[in-house]
Amino acid sequence: MNKGLAALVVLVACQLLPGSDPVAANTPQAAAPAAGSPGAGSPAAGSPAAAQPVMRRLTEAQYRATVADIFDPGIPVVGRFERALRSDGLIAVGTSESGLSPFSVEQYDASARGIAAAVLSEAWRDQLLPCQPAVANRFDEDCATRIVEHFGRLLFRRPLSDSETGRFLDAARNTQQRLGDFYSGLEFALVGMMISPDFLLRIERVEPDPAKPGHYRLDAWSRATRLSYFITGSTPDDELLRAAGAGELDTEQGLAHQVERLMASPRFANAVRVFFDDMLQFELFDDLAKDPVIYPSYNSAVAEDAREQTLLTITDHLLTRNGDYRDLFTTRSAPLTRSLGVVYRMPVATRNGWAMSEFSERSGRAGIQSQVGFLALHSHPGRSSPTLRGKAIREVFLCQHVPDPPVDVDFTGINDDSNAARPTARDRLEAHRTQPACKACHTLMDPLGLTLERFDGVGGFRTRENGAIIDVSGSLDGREFEAAPGLGQALHDHPETPRCLVSKLYRSAVGRKTVAAEKPFIEQLNQIFADNGYRLPGLMQTIAVSEAFYAASPPSTDEGEETVAAAREAQGDPS
Amino acid sequence: MNKYHRRTVLRGLLGGAAVGVALPVLDLFLNDSGKAFAATGRRIPVRFGSWIWGCGHIPEKWIPEGTGTDFTLPPDLEPLAPYRDQLAIFSGFDVRLDGVPNKPHVTGCLGLRTGIPVPNDRVEAPTLDVLIGDEIGKGTRFSSIEVSTSGIQRSYSYRAAGSPNPSETSPLALYKRIFGAGFQDPNAAGFTPDSRTMVHKSVLSAVTEDRKQLMRSVGAEDRRRLDEYFTSIRQLENQLALQLEPPAPVENFTIPDPPPDLVLDSEMEHVMETHKLMAGLLARALQCNQTRVVNVLFSDTTSNLRRRGSTTTHHTLTHEEPVNPELGYQEQVGWFATQSMLAWRDFLDALAEIPEGDGTLLDNCLILAHSDCSIAKAHAVEGIPTMVAGGAGGRIRTGFHMAGKADPISRIGLTVQQAMGLQVESWGTRSMETRRNIPELLA
Repeated sequence: MNKGLAALVVLVACQLLPGSDPVAANTPQAAAPAAGSPGAGSPAAGSPAAAQPVMRRLTEAQYRATVADIFDPGIPVVGRFERALRSDGLIAVGTSESGLSPFSVEQYDASARGIAAAVLSEAWRDQLLPCQPAVANRFDEDCATRIVEHFGRLLFRRPLSDSETGRFLDAARNTQQRLGDFYSGLEFALVGMMISPDFLLRIERVEPDPAKPGHYRLDAWSRATRLSYFITGSTPDDELLRAAGAGELDTEQGLAHQVERLMASPRFANAVRVFFDDMLQFELFDDLAKDPVIYPSYNSAVAEDAREQTLLTITDHLLTRNGDYRDLFTTRSAPLTRSLGVVYRMPVATRNGWAMSEFSERSGRAGIQSQVGFLALHSHPGRSSPTLRGKAIREVFLCQHVPDPPVDVDFTGINDDSNAARPTARDRLEAHRTQPACKACHTLMDPLGLTLERFDGVGGFRTRENGAIIDVSGSLDGREFEAAPGLGQALHDHPETPRCLVSKLYRSAVGRKTVAAEKPFIEQLNQIFADNGYRLPGLMQTIAVSEAFYAASPPSTDEGEETVAAAREAQGDPS
Repeated sequence: MNKYHRRTVLRGLLGGAAVGVALPVLDLFLNDSGKAFAATGRRIPVRFGSWIWGCGHIPEKWIPEGTGTDFTLPPDLEPLAPYRDQLAIFSGFDVRLDGVPNKPHVTGCLGLRTGIPVPNDRVEAPTLDVLIGDEIGKGTRFSSIEVSTSGIQRSYSYRAAGSPNPSETSPLALYKRIFGAGFQDPNAAGFTPDSRTMVHKSVLSAVTEDRKQLMRSVGAEDRRRLDEYFTSIRQLENQLALQLEPPAPVENFTIPDPPPDLVLDSEMEHVMETHKLMAGLLARALQCNQTRVVNVLFSDTTSNLRRRGSTTTHHTLTHEEPVNPELGYQEQVGWFATQSMLAWRDFLDALAEIPEGDGTLLDNCLILAHSDCSIAKAHAVEGIPTMVAGGAGGRIRTGFHMAGKADPISRIGLTVQQAMGLQVESWGTRSMETRRNIPELLA
């Protein structure tokens, strides 16, 4: 596209890039399994291929949950995590694109050493190890093997191969020789496992589908892993790995049983939290700063509690009450702490922790888009921003992408908020809506954000700006309304709202964009979501037990034959 | 102490166990273009740094009058007068877009660092600091160190699009990473290799044993990511190998004090202080060979710098502040531009403060300073202000101002790489592709 044309598009159309279901351009290679490999027939002629398996880096939340589940929540994670890569609107999708820089490996190594040292320490080892050596100063091969196999299977989410077991056993033996102690040997074997690509990366593998000749599917371990991180936000537990090994995930009944079991565990709520933390871009809180002169009520406790408040509202509504997803935009539920009470100007009975409360009609608030977690996050350090808020609503809740501003922006004299002639943001943004170069895009954002103008840059309530009454009328795609509750109702009723959730949830679960072959399935999910009254647990269950969720094509490589051959080899199929 | 002697010592200490520890690659044996320390006879390595500030400049306050060596420092560069002879100032060099949509504050910065303008965050990695690090940074504890001083987790150093080298945002975290666990005082008396470190290192080699098989089992793009992982593992092994060696003594080096706890945000006063502390720590890290490449993000390209009590940030001001009719430019924006150059001087001060050989650490560095645009109000990527400072161990010449006359800015990147010893004849793509280096800069 040439420069002139690009400018024209922005100027005239400012098209929202269609959002709720961005389909990846499925690569042509992906469509056909590697040529020339016997038996690698393509799927039914003309139908698009299933997506390729992905290799996903554990997120910080997944890493922490995994360590807590495999060992103990008391085991410390000392390494640091860098800002996660966000792709296609989600960190979960970024995990299949993110690389591992020297910094990240250095930090993973620090974590691995800290974890291993704790696990093998006197304080923990009796509780965490599957056996004790006969004598600590002699190498007990049987016990060492049991320990390596036990943790290896949990950390790699599959049984270790003989050569892997041998290698980590060697590490333990050699270390004991040098350091003279059984536990130190196992400590370093554990460090080795925890710095391995098989632990840090969820490497999905395919196998020929025995039920459908010529087709492939994720192998049982990859399926267990995909399922587990989706439903629990953490690693497959012992029982899920057992079921995978026993072939139980291959049967509808066996899979359904595991899904039901995992959804009943307390970790299910964790998975939902982590998903929404990602969807709402809450990692941005790490960089969020407010001017202390303008917003003295804001501090790091407020930031932390604001993030938690929205997540609590969500899990309470969607899980505890099994509520309608769309009602998140109209709910008056308000979990509060003392620090938040200062910003909301509401009394909080408890001195420590959370108190459930309700926003009154007069508060002007309804819906998570009127909570500090949204309002402060999408504002400037010293003032609110109808534009940032409007953009976030489009992108976060409606899966629509608003194009960047034109290069040649000039708001001179418009946004100076001390300008007496333009006391409110609405006045100052007027030019955005009147200048053709700005208008096209700003009419997508400002009419949404302006309805939240009764909340300042940290989300505190106000009715005036620079002395002038704030007008909070606005519109969303042709529907007119007033203030935050009006916006919430409009979002509640917008057809893209639930579709966007379905799309983000699914992309988060598979860690990539959806492919053409999945379109009918996504449509089916949209229908099911609507039919069940927009209940999230039901939607997640539907995805988790579906065949489509585990479909896969072999990865396309320039050495495709080898890959397919490798898959076959791993399957024990010599053909 | 020579290398053979050290090996003997090691063997002795480990009681004859099969050690097989590779000796660290000391610059003594590698680098034949540096100068020698007076006392130790070791050669001084060259180092590379980049220093980014956001939102460009006020041309009338930044572009020198006159070109060549005969130029007058303009007001914003006046504080750099002490470094006049160690600075090359480049005005009027362009990132050429060739029709690529200009993503504000991103396209210019990444275009300058890769020679390839991109319409989004999908950087055509690696950035030139990584290319240079691969050439000069081998054998040091860290392949590079990145910092961001305005409280924002952002970095413009990329080996691949999916993996920026993340920036440290806290001086204390930076201090701990460099001078905490794993740091060896180069001038400490006595050395005992840690047997746990040795074990740790051998465990890492075990991790890489399945490399080939693993690479075969994934798609082409994932193979590239795995390759990056293995590269990072090698860097870690290298760190451990260095810990098993007695460090080479460093003249005039003392371990810096831990930095105080600071407010880390984008308020200008805080940022200046954070930056100064980090600059000092980076200078010490360079001095004692912990790394040879540093990347500093003074302010993000969409600069969030602000003054206490102000409702607007530097970046927002560039679009909203009216031009002061008397001055002819945006006054508040100008203030941030001026402050940015004061910070730049602070950075050079930190390097120049450290004596090294016959001169200072700065003499053995090449620091490339640049912004993301020229006029932030228009997001113009034509004439992005750029400077090269230092002596690069005698490999470059400085003390001049050059007007680029709309030449592709990749000429600067190309020349800098050549000065750092890379065998590169041409750099950039399309109309950014250039074979023309800047002879004035090369010694």
